[in-house]
Amino acid sequence: MSVAETSNAVGNAVKLTNDEVLRYSRHLIMPEVGMEGQLKLKQAKVLLIGAGGLGSPLGLYLAAAGVGKLGIVDFDVVDFTNLQRQIVHSTADVGRPKLDSARDRLQGINPHIEIETYEMALSSANALDLFKDYDLIADGTDNFPTRYLVNDACVLLGKTNVYASIFRFEGQATVFATKDGPCYRCLYPEPPPPGLVPSCAEGGVLGILPGLLGVIQATEVVKQILGKGSSLVGRLLLVDALEMKFRELKLRKDDSCPICGPNRTIHELIDYEQFCGIHPEPEPEEVVMEFEITPVDLKGKIDQKDDFFLLDVREPHEVDICQIPGSHLIPLGQIQARVNELNSADEMVVYCRSGVRSGKAVEFLKTAGFRKIRNLTGGILAWSDEVDSSVPKY
Amino acid sequence: MSVKVIIPTPLRQYTGKADSVVAEGATVEQVLESLTTEYSDLRKHLFTEEGKLRSFVNIYKNDEDIRYLEKEQTPVAESDVLSIVPSIAGGGPVSVI
Repeated sequence: MSVAETSNAVGNAVKLTNDEVLRYSRHLIMPEVGMEGQLKLKQAKVLLIGAGGLGSPLGLYLAAAGVGKLGIVDFDVVDFTNLQRQIVHSTADVGRPKLDSARDRLQGINPHIEIETYEMALSSANALDLFKDYDLIADGTDNFPTRYLVNDACVLLGKTNVYASIFRFEGQATVFATKDGPCYRCLYPEPPPPGLVPSCAEGGVLGILPGLLGVIQATEVVKQILGKGSSLVGRLLLVDALEMKFRELKLRKDDSCPICGPNRTIHELIDYEQFCGIHPEPEPEEVVMEFEITPVDLKGKIDQKDDFFLLDVREPHEVDICQIPGSHLIPLGQIQARVNELNSADEMVVYCRSGVRSGKAVEFLKTAGFRKIRNLTGGILAWSDEVDSSVPKY
Repeated sequence: MSVKVIIPTPLRQYTGKADSVVAEGATVEQVLESLTTEYSDLRKHLFTEEGKLRSFVNIYKNDEDIRYLEKEQTPVAESDVLSIVPSIAGGGPVSVI
């Protein structure tokens, strides 16, 4: 009788093949996993929400560890800006659906596991049906509506939600929605209104950070499956990669929680876009062409040596990437305070990366009495496309 | 009473990039009041227009959520550290517009 069969304490039919015994030998010889734990991993079904920054290390390590079934939900396509952190995808995958790329890579790491992919946006209509076949959910989403949706679906179904979130070089991780543990709504009853989320120009993320947090998530997933160690349930782990400091805060189950408290008011999934204050896109306002200028026309003005003021409203670190020659920099956030540096008698062209921030600057300056002012349509990205392809796009 | 307040990454733009600042007060409320007086741009990120702490911003005294202490009236001592811990959005990137 083989080792695998004699030690099989879980289930009747599940066994490891000799190939699997060899593959997982470094697990099998440690008492915290052993044959019993490895068979638990083989029988586990884990659903990854997103095949991005957090989903990459999650998928890679859970596949390598031998989690028997991995589900992945995503609907995105790999692009070049993903590769700095989404390590499940490679350069050759640019343009492919993330699900195809992730499946190939994970199955390549471990042909003994089953991978199920779901090309869809997670929604109130499909979440419960999707989650019910899995033991654990690992939330790697990047937006609040999905975050609350995943939380609520996990609470309603009694599924554990292994969570992490990241911003620049700071992250949070914990485990939500275990039987007696807190849920995301216990931590944050409501999302921030869209306007108060840090501005896009303040965004970005250190590529390694989702690796760090995703590996913490993967560790918690494996511990949940094995039933070993002290989980992050009831503890919010804060990671500051810049200072390399790990702090831990107490996380309590909130008696007044609307979904997991004793007097809960939420009994089914809701409209999460509405809950998060995100309304359907309004009809695009007609752009007033009077206050717009195309890259080609701007080039013409520069070539004719027209007398005008070229205002760049991006952040200083974006100037290090590229700039249109002759620009003056005032970041959008400082325009109001520094408006006295500008002369409303000057003809002015304002630009940013894509034209959105500079559009806001133009709107503000119009209310401040500026009339000879125009927004560079499409920003420096359009400038790169239409005028000077040597300008890098970012 | 001078108390150290740890500022999270998304709010450091309102504290001159400082990751922690020292503010005066004997209760959490007083410390936050002196903090948002010195850094006025922080105020709308911590409080609603009615002056209530926002529900996506948690304040911790050391490792304990003040909602489970005496809320804003929680007393603080010199040795205490307050942390502001807002919900953060990312799993992937926050796109740059």
